[in-house]
Amino acid sequence: MTAIRIGFIPLVDAAPLVALKEIGFAREEGIEVSLHREISWSNIRDKLAVGLYDASHLLAPMALATNLGLAGPPADLVVPYVLNLNGDVVCATTDFLHAVGLPANASPSAISEKIRAGTLGRPVTFGVPFFFSTHHFLLRYWLAAEGIDPAKDVRIEVIPPPLMPEAIANGVIDGMMVGEPWGSVSVDMGTASIFLSATDIWAGAPEKVFGMRRRWTEENADAVHALLRALYRASNWAQDPGNRVTLSELLAKESYLDLSAEVIERALSGALTRTPQGLQERVERFMVFQSGASSFPWLSQALWFLDQMERWGFMKVTPEHRRLVRNIMAPNLYRESLSPLGIDVPSANAKLEGSLSEPTPAASAAGRLFLDPDRFCDGAIFDPDLVA
Amino acid sequence: MNIVVIDQQKERASLIKEALGEAGFPDVVVLAETDRLLERLAELDPDAVLIDLEAPSRDMLEQMFEVSRQVKRPVAMFVDDSDESSIAAAVEAGVGAYVVNGLAKERIKPVMELAISRYNTFSRLQTELDAAKAALTERKLIDRAKGILMKMKGIEEEEAYKLLRNTAMNQNRRIAEIAESIVTAAELLQK
Repeated sequence: MTAIRIGFIPLVDAAPLVALKEIGFAREEGIEVSLHREISWSNIRDKLAVGLYDASHLLAPMALATNLGLAGPPADLVVPYVLNLNGDVVCATTDFLHAVGLPANASPSAISEKIRAGTLGRPVTFGVPFFFSTHHFLLRYWLAAEGIDPAKDVRIEVIPPPLMPEAIANGVIDGMMVGEPWGSVSVDMGTASIFLSATDIWAGAPEKVFGMRRRWTEENADAVHALLRALYRASNWAQDPGNRVTLSELLAKESYLDLSAEVIERALSGALTRTPQGLQERVERFMVFQSGASSFPWLSQALWFLDQMERWGFMKVTPEHRRLVRNIMAPNLYRESLSPLGIDVPSANAKLEGSLSEPTPAASAAGRLFLDPDRFCDGAIFDPDLVA
Repeated sequence: MNIVVIDQQKERASLIKEALGEAGFPDVVVLAETDRLLERLAELDPDAVLIDLEAPSRDMLEQMFEVSRQVKRPVAMFVDDSDESSIAAAVEAGVGAYVVNGLAKERIKPVMELAISRYNTFSRLQTELDAAKAALTERKLIDRAKGILMKMKGIEEEEAYKLLRNTAMNQNRRIAEIAESIVTAAELLQK
């Protein structure tokens, strides 16, 4: 059969896709995949929409924006799988910290206080990788939780991840929220400190998803089932701490991230170097590939993003929009594909988001499933039934 | 019709500008800078924007369209275009188009078609050029390797070439690869 073409952006969270190909999970399921590195998320989206790619690494809110007709060519995308939870860092530049009189290891609250007080004398500029990105919504969420108006007190600029360290070094931005390893790259350059992780903002945030055209999944049902089974095994493999060295070496290759394996390994282990002076910090569940049904496409997560789009005035949400968005997540495709592996999948399609502080049992096919913590930084709980 | 072309490839941008001029679109401005793109677009107030899909500034441009009140909200050429094959042709060629001032679809279509054809021509030229360069580099490598073999083994040119070719065949590698190893080894051993 012809290879399934998959687009990706050079980020650590492309790991399950790289493992899918390089460790042979795809081949074991009788499918061939080819991976294609892209410079911009717009390109990935357009190539997926017009069929130059069959499946792709996507920012979680991108499928929503595409199907809602907010950006790019018209397309009907589905998300049957979540590639990872979290893995982004929020950084402040060394110059910014210096200008507002803070040390390199300043706390998030010390930094937010300076932003709130307008110490810099102008709006603080943050870079995010894409307009419809998890980063953009989480950054706004955190700023608002700290009493900062994201529309007035800060400016948010879009910069592709690989170009972020350069923008930091050139003083184009004062901070950024970006997927690893690009935060660590800036720390190593001495130009920024990491002061917050995405997991501190929303412990259960879906970061990258695996998107496909609906029609393609219908026309290639067997291949899609095989692909998701292979991907599930690739995610488990990527999650296993014993495979971190191999995985970081693979991702370091020229055709993937083209960076040192050491800087990549930090995100896989959650052992971050926070400051140019070398301050170490271990962040639990920094980047999750497979744990507690993390790869399950919860409808409630898509509805949360839609709710945030309305919160920030990006769109006026109607019941029709909600119907469209619920239809993007494909939990049944996940179940159909993975049930032959004997995986304990959730029984429900949606859940309360933000209600768990510790691993908690959840209704599932075999009754052995625990969901992981998913708290928001402000303790809010999102009930999808209240918006649906 | 005011058209802005955003392209990091200077030759290609001028190819398109020229072709658009010939086709009766004289008002074309080429922007290569990613910085201050927003301000420049606000100043120029174009009717249409053509952009190199490989330009990293593309995601920034899309953000402008979402949030900007400086630039009149442009619409991607793709939106409400039902002609799927022409969208695919544009993406495949590597060019995107955005329509700004409520320009009718029929008016942007010839511009788009022209851009697609010039992008395709350019990438074909580029591929041919790359292939020609690669062939030249390989020939030089092989010549150097032959020279080294002739000197070190005291053999004739024809024999040196045969040796290269047979080694390549035995090892299932290309002659140029074998030649490269010989040149590298010779350089190392000389120092």
